Amino acid sequence: MAGSTLASATVSAIPAAAPRVGPWREAWRRFRKHRLAVLSAVILGLLVLAVLIGPLVWQVPIDEIDFSARLQGPSWEHPLGTDDLGQDLLARILYGGRISLAVGFAAMAVAIFVGVLVGAVAGMAGGKVDTALMWLTDLFLSLPELPLLLLIIYLFRDTLTGLVGLELGVFILIVSVIGGFRWMPVARLVRAQFFSLREKEFVEAARALGASRPRLVMRHILPNALGPVIVAASIDVAAAIIAESTLSFLGLGFPPDVPTWGRLLFDAKDNLDFAPHWALFPGAAIFLTVLSINFIGDGLRDALDPRRIISA
Amino acid sequence: MTENDLRRLLARVKEGTLSRRGFVKRMAAVGFTAPMATQLLAITGAAPAAAQSVPEYKPTRRGGGGALKILYWQAATLLNPHFAVGTTNQEASRVFYEPLAGWAADGTLYPILAAEIPSVENRGLAEDGRSVTWKLKRGVKWHDGQDFSADDVVFNWEYARNPAVAGVSIGSYRDVNVVKVDDYTVRVEFQKPTPFWADAFVASRGLIIPKHLFKDYAGSNARDAPTNLRPVGTGAYRYVSFAPGDMLRAELNPNYHRENRPYFDTLEIKGGGDAVSAARAVLQTGDFDYAWNLAVEDEILKRLEAAGRGKVNIVEGGGIEFIQLNATDPNQEVDGERASIRTEHPAFRDPAVRQAMSYLVDRNALEQFIYGRGGPATANFLNNPPRFRSTNMRWEFSIQKANEVLDAAGWARGRDGIRAKNGTRLKFVFQTSVNAPRQRTQAIVKQAAQRAGIDIELKSVTASVFFSADVANPDTYTKFFADMQMYTTTMPQADPQLFMNQYVSWEISSKANNWQGRNIVRWRNEEYDRVYREAEGELDPVKRAALFIRMNDLIVGSNHVIPLVKRPTVSGSLNNLRHILSGWDNTHWLLSDWYRET
Amino acid sequence: MFQYLIRRLLIAIPSLLGISVILFTVLALAPGDPFEELATNPAIPPEVRANLRASLGMDDPIHLRYVAWLTSMLRGEWGFSFVSRIPVDQLILQRLPTTIIVIGASQVLALAIAMPVGVYAATRPYSLFDKVANTLAFVGFSLPTFFTGLLLIMLFSIQLGWLPFVFRTDIEATGWRWWWEMFRQSIMPIMVLGLFQGAAWTRFVRSAVLDVIRLDHVTTARSKGLPESVITLKHVVRNAMIPVVTLVALQMPVVFGGAIVTEQIFRVPGIGSLLISAILANDTPVIMAVTFVFATLVIFFNLLADILYGWLDPRISYR
Repeated sequence: MAGSTLASATVSAIPAAAPRVGPWREAWRRFRKHRLAVLSAVILGLLVLAVLIGPLVWQVPIDEIDFSARLQGPSWEHPLGTDDLGQDLLARILYGGRISLAVGFAAMAVAIFVGVLVGAVAGMAGGKVDTALMWLTDLFLSLPELPLLLLIIYLFRDTLTGLVGLELGVFILIVSVIGGFRWMPVARLVRAQFFSLREKEFVEAARALGASRPRLVMRHILPNALGPVIVAASIDVAAAIIAESTLSFLGLGFPPDVPTWGRLLFDAKDNLDFAPHWALFPGAAIFLTVLSINFIGDGLRDALDPRRIISA
Repeated sequence: MTENDLRRLLARVKEGTLSRRGFVKRMAAVGFTAPMATQLLAITGAAPAAAQSVPEYKPTRRGGGGALKILYWQAATLLNPHFAVGTTNQEASRVFYEPLAGWAADGTLYPILAAEIPSVENRGLAEDGRSVTWKLKRGVKWHDGQDFSADDVVFNWEYARNPAVAGVSIGSYRDVNVVKVDDYTVRVEFQKPTPFWADAFVASRGLIIPKHLFKDYAGSNARDAPTNLRPVGTGAYRYVSFAPGDMLRAELNPNYHRENRPYFDTLEIKGGGDAVSAARAVLQTGDFDYAWNLAVEDEILKRLEAAGRGKVNIVEGGGIEFIQLNATDPNQEVDGERASIRTEHPAFRDPAVRQAMSYLVDRNALEQFIYGRGGPATANFLNNPPRFRSTNMRWEFSIQKANEVLDAAGWARGRDGIRAKNGTRLKFVFQTSVNAPRQRTQAIVKQAAQRAGIDIELKSVTASVFFSADVANPDTYTKFFADMQMYTTTMPQADPQLFMNQYVSWEISSKANNWQGRNIVRWRNEEYDRVYREAEGELDPVKRAALFIRMNDLIVGSNHVIPLVKRPTVSGSLNNLRHILSGWDNTHWLLSDWYRET
Repeated sequence: MFQYLIRRLLIAIPSLLGISVILFTVLALAPGDPFEELATNPAIPPEVRANLRASLGMDDPIHLRYVAWLTSMLRGEWGFSFVSRIPVDQLILQRLPTTIIVIGASQVLALAIAMPVGVYAATRPYSLFDKVANTLAFVGFSLPTFFTGLLLIMLFSIQLGWLPFVFRTDIEATGWRWWWEMFRQSIMPIMVLGLFQGAAWTRFVRSAVLDVIRLDHVTTARSKGLPESVITLKHVVRNAMIPVVTLVALQMPVVFGGAIVTEQIFRVPGIGSLLISAILANDTPVIMAVTFVFATLVIFFNLLADILYGWLDPRISYR
């Protein structure tokens, strides 16, 4: 089992200093070879750019109601058509994209951070700490979301919006709520990986060599446990974008006139047979985001995988 | 038609020179079709017109109609009418239980378990308005074969008025006294002259449950009654099975007391899902015969109707969608109470601002593009029955006029385009419940207001919170801790007395009454209070109607209440289904008479 | 091992109690009450609503309500639904079979898709099969179930008219016809849920298999000349199962809890729709009962997963 030590050696090189070829440069080199991932990164970059700059270029107001142009298909005047109030869908998708993307990434970050933290601590410590943390995980898994959400709105909305303003307050609430309800699978996944990895030979070896616990975790175990985490992260972005739309139906989300992607999709669903474009474009936007994030995830995974021999 | 004309007509009916039907026809011609036409006759001593309000029933024998399938997108959860929180439960109970009389679409009473509708002429109504005597139909049997009698009726009064039972019908029974005259006669006695007597034992709150099955459960153990879930009634269909929140099944009652009825052999009511797919299941695929309350944008309904299988039914009632402009200040606390009655709204205390808000609501667009046939624009708060409808109110959508009014009143635009005066900015929070058409309406109002220099922040609260009586929650509509709010209020009876008490000063919703008061907009007006008191005791129906019209004009004229659209009930049915609907009673009020044309 | 199991089971009792306290507090503090529809009806005096609240005990202090709930729960009484006024256990039992059939079948379907597709895709990374499978998976979880459900209805019920979209628990047929009708009406909800879940699981399986496929013992096995299929099944899949077992265990309680959105779309009378209507109506006894059973299942299946880890990877020790 000589290969195991090899694996750990490569892995330990990831976070910091290493001789000759820098590990980050190595990872970047591997990532670049993953054509789909590079393409996806470009697409995602374009999407982000579009929602950031787009509203400056396409200056149609998002809430301009025009009853003479209701449910119109794409045209020069409205490149993505209009909704049932005659509002321009391109402007709405661009504007809503900022929020959807921001919510998606931020909520994913919260979920992954909390999940990895809880999972790693539980998986490493075991015993009482593990029991306590898994109790917490079980608790969060069993809490019914809706009443809790209503409670959170009721308890915190006014205080928070009073503190940091409406938009930011709502953003913080949404991100913490979505993130707060999605970290548990990550925690359990990471913990399970840790259980398995911490008994592996290369970890034993590192331990025998006197590696400290944090070092053991950061350098040897965690990088090897990242596979499912990356998958979970890429799935969570999509889930968060969709979850945001359900929240606004509880009065927790952004005010009802903010056209996030999930909300556009929801509003469009009843008109699916008469105005398919209304659902098509926000749906495609979510899909493109998910697609590119997942391929980037694949690329990252391959790039960071110590055992991967580049062939693709 | 003046009061004098009306009196002359009534006199002619009494003399016999004008038939009762002729009278109702004339009243209809001048917009008086209401239940009041009948009540007019009843109270002034002429018997009610024979109910021509119900279409003819064509089938000539009982049964043979196969299955009737009804779809409710909210599901019934229990089958005891006295516990029926919400319409779906009332509807489900109505399949099995019947009242003494129901309200037909034109607002006339139609006898069901009563032998006839009480009137002064048949000595059913006391001249002083203090009692009403009901004669019961004979030969009616409960589904288990027992006889229906006056004892059952009296029992329902005892049951419903008992606070330990904790029923929802208590309001109709606690202030009356019910006496058994003989086995087939009961008398309802009132504490004071009561112009509107048709409440107890009538329509949705008047469903009669059998004494012999409920008498052991007429206290705090009411919820243990097995019959709560296995109803035994007098209706045209009898119980087969019930899964709360899902499916109710019934079958033809071979001993039903009305001949040749019912037509269908079996009945099923499926619950759950959403309104749009319910519309699809009837109008597009024809899987179901009837879908209840299609709260769907009319545009979609019209497109579904184009499939040619079914049609949309619009039935007028008293429901109204409206905006309230808070009379008190939600952002100021007095003794720990927000929106205290001791405060005044900083902007809405200026009539010009309220006038401007009224100008900024495009009711035409709401009707045309959102509610369609399900929401005709209106200038009145009290729209039905037609005899109570004011002709004095107008509405207009004009951003220009709104701007002019505000300019004239000294509300000048600031650098950000938002108007202000003496440090008060026209920046309002506009709340409503989560509901697609309401969010659309919010967007339309917001945009118009923007153009008049008014900034509106939209807020939507989930319906179960918005409409709850939860004292702890700040987002309920009765607290109204916002500048503006919008919802629909319904009128369950063809009489406006209960409906119009929502603007009297003693009903103001405040901390002192746990925000249970009905005057939510917290508007006070001495004249309104006085007129309302007058109407409560006014036995002359013509004067009484005039009083209610005055009340409507007062509240709408203040612009604290901005009526938007009427909300008739909208349902869908297959083209060959013949149903009888009424805006003043449940959908199933005359389910016994539904049939299919072949 | 056995000792570990006993210890975990003993710990489960106080942790369930703790969870129940928190659940109860959240529900009691959450805003709203069951009388929404009474509110806009002028014929119902406000004090009637106040009385109703009081008669249901909704105005009592939380700790008293909790103790009352706990003592009756210990006696096996689940309480009465505020809305239906019937015992909660009846409500749940009525819906349990449908939930288990529909949701259970969808989970089986998800697993049946995810395992072979994920494993096969991982053994041939970046092959055409892998790319197609991945793209389909992305479509699967980037479209919310309310949307895919509607798409299926539009296609199969409205355009083609093949399948019914209103689920019925009482099909008036027997024998083969019953099974056929049941199949016809269940297939769309099962597909919607199964494909959504399957899509996500496929990604996890693929990733897990990729993680082990180049491990040394696999290379060793390959160098020993074992057939590829044996290698995949014996050496790869078993080792890749840990994340999969974790995820499946996380998902199992849902078979009881139902799927709210899908049940709503297809009108499947499952526990999910019971829960959502109970939540919207603030029917606390029902919510409490469903979530409490749910919590028990969460704890049980996670415990089961912990034990399975040891079976899958004997090196994992229990401390």
